[in-house]
Amino acid sequence: MREREDEWTGLMRSAMSGDSAAYHRLLKSVTPVLRAAARRGLARAGQPVDQSEDIVQDILLAVHLKRHTWDANAPFAPWLFAIARNKLIDALRRRGRRIFVNIDDFAETLPSEPAAETLPASEIAARLQSLPARQREILQSIAVEAASIKDTAAKFAMSEGAVRVALHRGLASLTAKLREP
Amino acid sequence: METDQLIRTLAADNAHRARPVSLVLALALVAAAPVSVAIFLAGLGVRPDVMTAMHNPFFDLKFAVTLALAISAIAISLHLARPEASLRGWAWLLLIPAGLLVGGIASEMMLPQRLPMMTRLVGSNSRVCLTAIPLMSLPLLAAALFGLRHGAPARPAVAGAIAGLLSAGLAATLYASHCTDDSPLFVTTWYTIATALVTAIGALAGSKLLRY
Repeated sequence: MREREDEWTGLMRSAMSGDSAAYHRLLKSVTPVLRAAARRGLARAGQPVDQSEDIVQDILLAVHLKRHTWDANAPFAPWLFAIARNKLIDALRRRGRRIFVNIDDFAETLPSEPAAETLPASEIAARLQSLPARQREILQSIAVEAASIKDTAAKFAMSEGAVRVALHRGLASLTAKLREP
Repeated sequence: METDQLIRTLAADNAHRARPVSLVLALALVAAAPVSVAIFLAGLGVRPDVMTAMHNPFFDLKFAVTLALAISAIAISLHLARPEASLRGWAWLLLIPAGLLVGGIASEMMLPQRLPMMTRLVGSNSRVCLTAIPLMSLPLLAAALFGLRHGAPARPAVAGAIAGLLSAGLAATLYASHCTDDSPLFVTTWYTIATALVTAIGALAGSKLLRY
């Protein structure tokens, strides 16, 4: 457990200094842990656990958009679990249940692979539809078609800088949409 | 969108670097300050005898208290903008302005006074104080909330309350240069009530605006 968390901290430090591959590895590595905790939280609140993937995606988005609040001298896991806990409580509250989530839920969680009964996440896909067309196309090009920023820029006859801006704005408004009541 | 696809997209956005919360908060406060100063100049202005008043340690103490409040609240709010942060280990900073007030009251008690205690406490500006401090706080409070929204506060209402203290501290610093009531008893009573009001507004607004 400790080793895994030290590895996360190292990956996040590399990510913050510009290593996107390290960032990708980090997000891949935390996702099963987040998924297990989300399932456990839903189960405890008496909610169907098949909605866990929406919560996982919300946590990942928040981690991404708030990563400037992580102190590079501090361990990564407590910061991650604080965000995850916040998002899980939020999600359960929106589903109409007030619940207290113990931070140990995350720390002691073993990775869980996506199980057959997990529904595909639908909330982000739905929010994607309300984005401006160009932002949506860029997000889809990178997410679904796995195109690079460079290829996406060529496809839409835009500069790479403009693609980066649209990509970030798109991701940011996916979360903003969520915050609206 | 599948989670793997989302992760790929987030990794593609890794080059984006957000500004630190401290910078956004500072810029927002600097942008809002002229609005509060304009309210101050239009409605209040510096008291005419300010040059003499400056030799009165109780006049100067008002600024020490309000600035200590503002600076402590800025430090706490920047700490609370992190998702894993709590007030523990930081709340004591707010004892600095409180301690200065207690010290001020104690010193005043030991000095001979022309006016009776109740007269000094009630003062002559309490109504202005209760209106002006909250009013001049509002632009700064909006700025502080904007700055903190850039962070990820675990407890939005608490962070909003601290934003209220911060803006009230700054607004009270302006107000202190107008007000002719220098007794620490007046400051402790009326400045505190005005600050509490702004803090409550901040907590309420924070609970709505500071969720991430």
